[in-house]
Amino acid sequence: MCRLFAITSSDPLSPMVALRAIDVMKEGHDGSGTGMFMTDLGGDFEKLKTEPILSGTFTNEGVKSLDRFMTECDFLVKHELSIRPNKQPPPGTPKRDYYLIRAYEYPPAWRDLNATEIQFRLMMMRLQLRRMGEEDGSMMIFSFWPDVIMIKEVGDPMAIADYLGLDRKELQARAMLVQGRQNTNYAINIYACHPFFIQGLATMTNGENTAFVPIREFLMSRGFPGYIGYQSDSETFTHILHYTVNHLALGLPMYKHVITPLMDGELAMHPDGQWLRRLKQTCRPLIIDGPNCVMGCLPDKTLFMVQDSKKLRPGVAGGHPGMYAFSSEMCGLDATIPARDKSRDFQPMKYDTVTVGPERREVEIWNQWDALHHPH
Amino acid sequence: MEPVGCLTPSTLSVKDLPWIILWDKEKCTLCGRCTAVCPVRAIELGVHRKRAINVSIGLEEKPGNLFTVYHGIDQRTDPVHACVGCGMCNLVCPNNCIIPAHNEEIDKLRFHNNVGGVPRRRGGRRNVPGVILDQIKFIRISMLTDPALDAGRHEFELRTLLGRILPPEEMLRVTQENGWTPPVREIYPLIIGSMSFGALSPNMWEGLQMGVAYLNEELGMPVRMCTGEGGCPPRLLRSRFLKYVILQIASGYFGWDEIIHALPEMKEDPCAIEIKYGQGAKPGDGGLLMWYKVNKLIAAIRGVPPGVSLPSPPTHQTKYSIEESVAKMIQSMYMGWGFRVPVYPKISGTSTALAVLNNLTRNPYAGALAIDGEDGGTGAAYNVSMNHMGHPIASNLRDAYLNLVKLGKQNEIPLFAAGGVGKSGNLAANAAALIMLGASGVQTGKYMMQAAAGCLGSESDRCNICNIGICPKGITSQDPRVDRRLDPEKVAERVVEVFLTFDTELKKIVAPLGRSTSLPIGMSDAIGIAEHHAAERLSIRYVV
Repeated sequence: MCRLFAITSSDPLSPMVALRAIDVMKEGHDGSGTGMFMTDLGGDFEKLKTEPILSGTFTNEGVKSLDRFMTECDFLVKHELSIRPNKQPPPGTPKRDYYLIRAYEYPPAWRDLNATEIQFRLMMMRLQLRRMGEEDGSMMIFSFWPDVIMIKEVGDPMAIADYLGLDRKELQARAMLVQGRQNTNYAINIYACHPFFIQGLATMTNGENTAFVPIREFLMSRGFPGYIGYQSDSETFTHILHYTVNHLALGLPMYKHVITPLMDGELAMHPDGQWLRRLKQTCRPLIIDGPNCVMGCLPDKTLFMVQDSKKLRPGVAGGHPGMYAFSSEMCGLDATIPARDKSRDFQPMKYDTVTVGPERREVEIWNQWDALHHPH
Repeated sequence: MEPVGCLTPSTLSVKDLPWIILWDKEKCTLCGRCTAVCPVRAIELGVHRKRAINVSIGLEEKPGNLFTVYHGIDQRTDPVHACVGCGMCNLVCPNNCIIPAHNEEIDKLRFHNNVGGVPRRRGGRRNVPGVILDQIKFIRISMLTDPALDAGRHEFELRTLLGRILPPEEMLRVTQENGWTPPVREIYPLIIGSMSFGALSPNMWEGLQMGVAYLNEELGMPVRMCTGEGGCPPRLLRSRFLKYVILQIASGYFGWDEIIHALPEMKEDPCAIEIKYGQGAKPGDGGLLMWYKVNKLIAAIRGVPPGVSLPSPPTHQTKYSIEESVAKMIQSMYMGWGFRVPVYPKISGTSTALAVLNNLTRNPYAGALAIDGEDGGTGAAYNVSMNHMGHPIASNLRDAYLNLVKLGKQNEIPLFAAGGVGKSGNLAANAAALIMLGASGVQTGKYMMQAAAGCLGSESDRCNICNIGICPKGITSQDPRVDRRLDPEKVAERVVEVFLTFDTELKKIVAPLGRSTSLPIGMSDAIGIAEHHAAERLSIRYVV
């Protein structure tokens, strides 16, 4: 079972904070992969909130292809953080030429586009670059989005952090998701490393998605070009969230109702049961069966955590105003925020969704039995 | 040997029959029960003269004959009275002295059972044992990385949907605009398939209905039963139990006069309306209730005169095109119940199933598609239809599901599979395999007759005389003297036992796959087969 750690803080933090938490939970991951999602950036990217940032790994050829492509698209580099490791990679980690984090300036032609169109085009560019990279192995693209940085690599989290020098001061963020991977049924593939990203949304999961195939088929048949990949069965969780929030314009509470709807008997007793029953029916192929704990981050920097309908995976939320974290295990939380009121720690059960909003004032708990605020 | 008066081409010996009666003179008490119970009068009292030559030792007495008579049974050999192998003689024999044995050689009767130029008709199903579904294995077993669920302790929700399900975006729009949402039923994924009142005896029908009512009202299992084309008893139409019934309309429209007249007095809506366009046992042929079974009661419910054969046309005669058959008929049926009842077509498995399905995807009212494969059973059909016509359900269903996936409509039109589900006794395993190939649920009829009522029919061509109203178990007969052998209460008890068993077995299959809150519809990564071509054809894993 992989280990997950998510943190949100009023002050920018180094990714090392989250990586250390993952290291504390080392018994639960085998170094087969580490992934990191950073948003609400500090450091050098603090002032570049609106410019799209490209994150990925590249060969020397790949960087040239990237440059050609971006120039053709009329994108100008505004800021860059490139990591070119000059020492031997840690055991199990492949040698790569570049880890690139690059902020671009939008082309003038995009100036009058509305937000939806811009977001769609950014996604399409990311997918096109990914395809180019898949053809010749020259690049792997993790995200291309404003105020988002992603790093993924095979290997032990701390060893990778040391290898890539992730403790550098220009790399900071206020909200982060980090996963330490326990490789299970899929080959080690960087694209299979959590967290997964699409149009500002990111989620990571532990456990396997036993309903993977029907969910993948459903998502891929929506006709939305972003629903591809699925090197990991957990990528579907990110896309279900995207589908719920972006396509259906339903909020986060509905995500819980989509992936783990109440049972028919329970719906009969729910104040909004009739509507929820329809939602359950129409989204039937998206029902997960666990065992999964999903942690994620919304575009407004809200962190959330949900469990499968049997709560088959652990997860705890805790912290203090200004800094909260979600962790697979208590020890990860203890190591990161020792000075907190532990009696207020919360372990979400099967009906719960916990969130920490961008103001980072409290852990909000929303229960599936709660009445909906704006039922359709 | 008696002199042969005339030897016709169809004169057969016992050796030429498929079933040979073995009788033990020593054990026979001559009670006569076997001859009385035989549904086809294949055996009759035999008075046998026996000659023994009496030769004394010595020369004083001349050798002489000793004539004795013994009583026993004779097996008749004319095609009409050929033993059907039902074994009722053995069931009633107090001394177990009689039993039909399958002829080890291929019988000659098959060349002669067309007396009067009428091809053989029978009940049952395709006389080929086994189905490919039996070979499908469930290979994705949750192990340490995602521990298996506990079939006995975890909560399960094994339910499916019957009815047109709007895609999510459309559902939200319609709800917001207070528009019409197609009716959807949440039901148990195993449906008792369409067996008509008429094909089945009143006792059998009553037993099934009682079992279904018990499952729903006492055990909370939303099991549904389809009427088949034969209408529905008037009292049931006006009762609250109607909601557990799927009413079938087929090309003969039998019973629909009664149903339409009962509409204003219905307390509940039926679960759904099934429009039968085809049947797996006799694809391209209509229903066939032979005159033997059309007694006064059946005739009254169906709205026909008694004592006449009721062959439904192969197609709905008022419909000449798919647009009419599908669009207009479905909408008409919706109108009957104020658009509150799902309506769906049932077709026989066919290589043209996708054409039908594609039409349904464009019809916003089509509530599902039921496909009945070549192994489906029937009360009566021409032997040639049963044995040689039709399409296997596995690949037909899989094609249909993958076609829906391509269109993104896999959740909008539920597919129901039938035809040989549980043929070898593996009801839950066959059903689960079909669900993982893409079915939302399965229908079974023959299995219910076998398990809930003790039907003797088999794919070795045993019994299979459902068509002529003399079912020795009273399951498909329409003669009160035979029907009374079947106790409806006992049938109901068995129906409940069958469903409880199925439920446990289905959980035992899906729990190790890590599924419990939703049926694993289309979860094709969980199944495999040790036959390469079958694996390729079904797009599942080849495992050896």
